[in-house]
Amino acid sequence: MLAIFDYKAGNQTSVHRALEHLGIPNEITNDPEKLNSASGIIFPGVGAAGQAMTELHAAGLDDVIKGLIEQKKPVLGICVGCQILLDYSEENDTKTLEVIPGECRLFNPSWVDYENITIRVPHMGWNQVDLQTECELFEGIDPASEFYFVHSYFPAPDSDYVIATTRYGIDFCSVHGRKGLWAVQFHPEKSGRPGLQFLKNFYAYCQEAADAQ
Amino acid sequence: MLSKRIIPCLDVRNGRLTKGIKFKDNVDIGDPVETARKYYEEGADEIVFYDITASHEARGIFLDVVEKVASEIFIPFSVGGGINSVDDMRDVLVAGAEKVSVNSGAVKNPDIISEGAARFGSQCIVLGMDVKRVKKTKDIPSGFEIVIHGGRKHMGIDAIEWAKTGEALGAGEICLNSIDADGVKEGYDLELTRLVADSVTIPVIASGGAGNPDHMVEAVTEGRATAALIASIVHYGEYTIPDLKKHMKEAGVHVRTIW
Repeated sequence: MLAIFDYKAGNQTSVHRALEHLGIPNEITNDPEKLNSASGIIFPGVGAAGQAMTELHAAGLDDVIKGLIEQKKPVLGICVGCQILLDYSEENDTKTLEVIPGECRLFNPSWVDYENITIRVPHMGWNQVDLQTECELFEGIDPASEFYFVHSYFPAPDSDYVIATTRYGIDFCSVHGRKGLWAVQFHPEKSGRPGLQFLKNFYAYCQEAADAQ
Repeated sequence: MLSKRIIPCLDVRNGRLTKGIKFKDNVDIGDPVETARKYYEEGADEIVFYDITASHEARGIFLDVVEKVASEIFIPFSVGGGINSVDDMRDVLVAGAEKVSVNSGAVKNPDIISEGAARFGSQCIVLGMDVKRVKKTKDIPSGFEIVIHGGRKHMGIDAIEWAKTGEALGAGEICLNSIDADGVKEGYDLELTRLVADSVTIPVIASGGAGNPDHMVEAVTEGRATAALIASIVHYGEYTIPDLKKHMKEAGVHVRTIW
């Protein structure tokens, strides 16, 4: 079972619907027992980093998610869930979870993209994800596939944690983390077939990890 | 590189898909959930639904459609029509839409944009603008005026100013519809699209007037839109979404081709 971490700032239902469609057992929950018994955790999030941290902290869930990560429970952070795994976000000048070293920065609409046209903010739409290192979650996905993004701030982790980058004015980090703790800026639950395959791969990793224990 | 998006627009009335010309003469053209699924499978980048039902009772039927769509298609979709309060926004977001498009509701009460952005995030607030060409005056210096009720009511607001106001209030995107071009299939209003796109830094979707794939190329090059809304050219089978994407790609526009 995958647990979708519920902290009132997420796109929980979209992730839930995608997992249901894939036939992957899942539950939206913040019950520590259920989270513990899940083979993996999806840590979603939309909206603002400051708001997300406030919600997490108010419910004492910041320590819960950090504890699960410390225990090496497989975790997939999505969008704001990806950003707040870092130390700090420029959005609302927010101290975040400090799980992965780095910070989250604002796109600058004066940055120039291809054809000499300045970028629009938010970065909204479909873009490619260029792997910088091998990642099992992209297995079976055509490297030219695109994923759906919608965000104004982008993760800038320490270079050791960069897994993939995406071009938008700059090459920003669109996937970061390490084996078993992944964070993606795009929305796999809204990225059509490649996104669904990505979620399937995460589930397969979680099941294997649980079986190995 | 960010792809230019192709977005089919589905008008829904009493739970059925409908299409009219210049907001009049609506005819039933099918089931919205089936059609959405078909476009999803054909590679649409996003889908827009408009509830054009007049009655309050039919709102529930529409929300059912939104929920069904959300469990069958796994690309983003937005919902507009009849959004007059933050509660209306919440209803469609809870039903599964990613974004909510506010149009006349925002003209009457601009604060709905900032309230919605604060509550749900700017990324899900789309400012829908219906615009008509008028004589340039002191009040409408651009010659493009905001209208509501399908163009029947002029609001005395300059479209360019309204776009900037919407952005400042926290809209994350603009869906810009030319009432003059809508349904006529002679191309988007490129002058309007370019003017609005150059006056804001949020993404702009061009809407109204697509009759062939060249029009879509123009919208995202000359018009500087980041997405093109389409309706009749795909609803009646004249073109498929892969046809349109192939044409745009050949014209040098970056579009998503794997799905």
